[in-house]
Amino acid sequence: MSGLRRLFRGARLIDPDSGLDRVGDIIVVGERIAAIGHDIHAEDLGADIEVVECSGLCLAPGLVDMRVQLREPGAEHIESIESGSQAAAAGGVTTMAALPNTEPPVDDVSVVEFLARRAREVRLTKIHTYAAATKGLKGKELTEIGLLAANGAVGFTDGVKAIADALVMRRVLSYARTFDQLVVQHPEEPSLGSAGEVTEGEIATRLGLAGITPAAEVIMVERDLRLVAVTGARYHAAHVSTAAAIEAIRRAKTQGLPVTCDTAPPYFALNETAIGDYRTFAKLSPPLRCEHDRQAVVAALADGTIDAIASDHAPWDQDSKRLPFSSASYGIVGLETLLPLSLELCHNRHMSLIDVLRRLTVAPARILGLGVGRLAAGAPADFVVFDPRAKYRIDTDRLRSKSKNAPFDGRPAQGRVELTVVDGRTIFERAAA
Amino acid sequence: MQPHAYRHRHLLGIEGLTPEDISHVLDLADTYVEMNRQAEKKKSLLRGRTLINCFFENSTRTRTSFEVAGKRLGADVINMAVAVSSMRKGETLIDTAMTLNAMHPDVLVVRHPESGAVQLLSEKVDCAVINAGDGSHEHPTQALLDALTIRRRKGKLGGLTVAICGDVLHSRVARSNIWLLNAMGARVRVVAPRTLLPTAVEHLGVEVFHDMAEGLADVDIVMMLRLQQERMHGSFVPSTREYFHFFGLDYDKLKAAKPDALIMHPGPMNRGVEIGSEVADDIDRSLIRQQVEMGVAVRMACLELLARDDPGNGLALK
Repeated sequence: MSGLRRLFRGARLIDPDSGLDRVGDIIVVGERIAAIGHDIHAEDLGADIEVVECSGLCLAPGLVDMRVQLREPGAEHIESIESGSQAAAAGGVTTMAALPNTEPPVDDVSVVEFLARRAREVRLTKIHTYAAATKGLKGKELTEIGLLAANGAVGFTDGVKAIADALVMRRVLSYARTFDQLVVQHPEEPSLGSAGEVTEGEIATRLGLAGITPAAEVIMVERDLRLVAVTGARYHAAHVSTAAAIEAIRRAKTQGLPVTCDTAPPYFALNETAIGDYRTFAKLSPPLRCEHDRQAVVAALADGTIDAIASDHAPWDQDSKRLPFSSASYGIVGLETLLPLSLELCHNRHMSLIDVLRRLTVAPARILGLGVGRLAAGAPADFVVFDPRAKYRIDTDRLRSKSKNAPFDGRPAQGRVELTVVDGRTIFERAAA
Repeated sequence: MQPHAYRHRHLLGIEGLTPEDISHVLDLADTYVEMNRQAEKKKSLLRGRTLINCFFENSTRTRTSFEVAGKRLGADVINMAVAVSSMRKGETLIDTAMTLNAMHPDVLVVRHPESGAVQLLSEKVDCAVINAGDGSHEHPTQALLDALTIRRRKGKLGGLTVAICGDVLHSRVARSNIWLLNAMGARVRVVAPRTLLPTAVEHLGVEVFHDMAEGLADVDIVMMLRLQQERMHGSFVPSTREYFHFFGLDYDKLKAAKPDALIMHPGPMNRGVEIGSEVADDIDRSLIRQQVEMGVAVRMACLELLARDDPGNGLALK
C-alpha cells in the first residue's frame, strides 16, 4: 500500500460489526485502514506519518445515512450535492443514499450517471442514489431496474410517495427480485394519508387540523409484507413510526421474510406534542405520533426490530415552511443532528453506545449492500471521531445545509462530531472554539 | 390402422396426449414434408370434406398454414374472420358454433383470445375441432411443428435440453411445448424475468431460470417467445432496451448454450426485442424458416387424422 500515512491515536474505537469497543489506535494508509491496534508508537512507524491525537474521543465507522433528499438536480436553491455533502460531513456521515424524487427524477440511467459525476466533483461524503421504482414516480410502469442497478442504483423506491397500486407493487417486487434488488417503501396508504396532515387524535382535534389515522402505516406495511411473501423480494420499510407497523415487521422477520426497516430521529426524539402551536417545522411525513408509538419505536430500536436509523433529511426553504400549517411542506433537515439525537438513546439508557452506532453504520450498509460501515484492516478509511461528553445546544442557524428547517433548535445535546474521514481524507474538522 | 393411431376426436391441446399419439402425428407429418417439396403436392384424401378456419383473433401465418394444408389434401377450405363479423354483432360463441355446425363442416380450426373457448365450442359441434390457439392456454399444432423441426434436425427429442425464453406468462406456445417436450423425454427450462413467469410454472415440469447465461448453459435448443408490444413499456418489463439487454437472444448470450445449439421462434419476431437479427438470420443455427415449413406438414397430418373418413379413427373419445 502507498499514499499518505496517518495514525489516529488513543481513541475509544467502537466497531459494531466486530464488537470491538476499546481504546486503541488506527493506522490509515492512503484510502484504507491498514491496521487497528493499541500502543502503537509513532516513532516505530517512521518519520513520514501524521499523528492525530484522539484521546478522550470516540472513533467509530462513519455514519451511513440511508435516506436523504439532496434536491439536485432541480431544486439547488434548497439543497445541492455540495451543500448536502457539507452537512453530511459535519454530521459524521461518510456514506448517504439519496432518494430519487428530484427534477428530473432518477428514473433513467443518465440521471444516475449525473449524480455519480457530481459526487465525484464534490468529493466529500460518498453518495449513492436510489432509483425510481416506477417511471416518473407515477406508480404505474416499471423503471429499467436491471440497467439502473447495473449503473449503480442501490435500491428502488418512489421516494416520499408510496407505491400504492398493489399489482404494480407486486410487479416491482417480482421484477426487482429478478435482479436481487432492494425495494424501499414509504409505508403509508395514500388514500388515508392524503386525508390529513397530522396524526389524528386529541391534538389534531384541538388544533382543527385534518387527521391521518396511524393505521395508514400498518395497512400499507401489512399489504406489502403479503406481497413480499408472494414474491420473495427484499423489502425495506422506511421511517417506521407506529407500534402496529413495528409489530407487523417483527412478525415478518420471525417468519424469515427478507424484510428490514429504519426510523428517523424525530420518531424517537419527538411526539405529536412538538406541533405545539402549529409549528410547521414539526410537520413530517409520516406525521409525528402519540407517545405510545414513540416508545414503541425506542423499544424496537433496542430489540433490533428496527434495523437502522436514517436522517430522512428533507430540506425546504423558508417559502415552503413559513406557511399556514396545511400549506407547509413535509419534512425536516437531519444530516447534522443524526448523531447527537441518536446518542440520546444511549444517554437515556435505552441502548448501548455500540448498538446505537450499529443502527447508524454497518446495519444500513448491509441493507444497501455496501462494504462500508466498519473498522477493519483493509476496509475503506471512512470514520467519524466524536466527543461523547461535549455538551451544547443545537443551533439550527449554524447548520451547513442550505435549509434550516428543523424542530430541534435550542435542544440540549451531548456528543459532537470533531472529525470526519472519507477514504483517508479529512472532509470535516471542527474549528477550535 | 397402425397400432398407435391417434384416437381422439379433436386436437384441443397437447396436455393429455401420449408419446405414441405425438409420435404418430410426427411420423405422418414427416411423409408430408417430402410431398410438399415436390412440384405436385396435391392429394385427394380429403376431397368433399369441408374445413372452416374460424379465427376470433387476427392471424396470418397460422390461418394460411391451415388453409394450405387443407387445400393440399383436397378439402374445401373456408376462412371466417369472426373477429370482424358476428362477434361485433354480439353473437355468443355458442350461437356461432351452432351456426357453423348447421353447415356440416368436417373440421373446424379455431383460434380464440380466451383460454378454454375452443374447448367450449368443441362441445357444441358434431365435427372435429383443432385448436389453433386459445388465449394463454394451448397452441398444439405449434408444439407439434416445433417437435417435428427439432426431431428432423437432431434425430430425437428425448434427452435434449430445451430452454424456452421470454413471455411464458402469456404464451400458449410455451405451455404446449412444455407438455409435449416433457412427454417426449426432453428436459425443459424456462428463462424469463419473474414478471413474465406464471406462478407455480415449475409444477409443469420445468426448471426455472431468471438469467440467460444460467438458463442457456449447455442447452440443445433455444426457443424464443414473442413479447407483445403492449407488455414492454412498464407493465411487465420496463423497456425494449432493458429487455433485450438482459433477455434478448444475441451471440453473446448464446455462447452459454452448446456449440451446436439451435434457435427457434414461433413468429412473428420482434427483432431487437427478444431476438437479435444476426442470430435470427443465422442459416446454420436458426430453424425459424424450417418451423414454418414444418407447420404445413404437421397441419396436414392433423387434418388427415381428424377428418379422414376412417372407422378406425374412432369417435369414442372427445
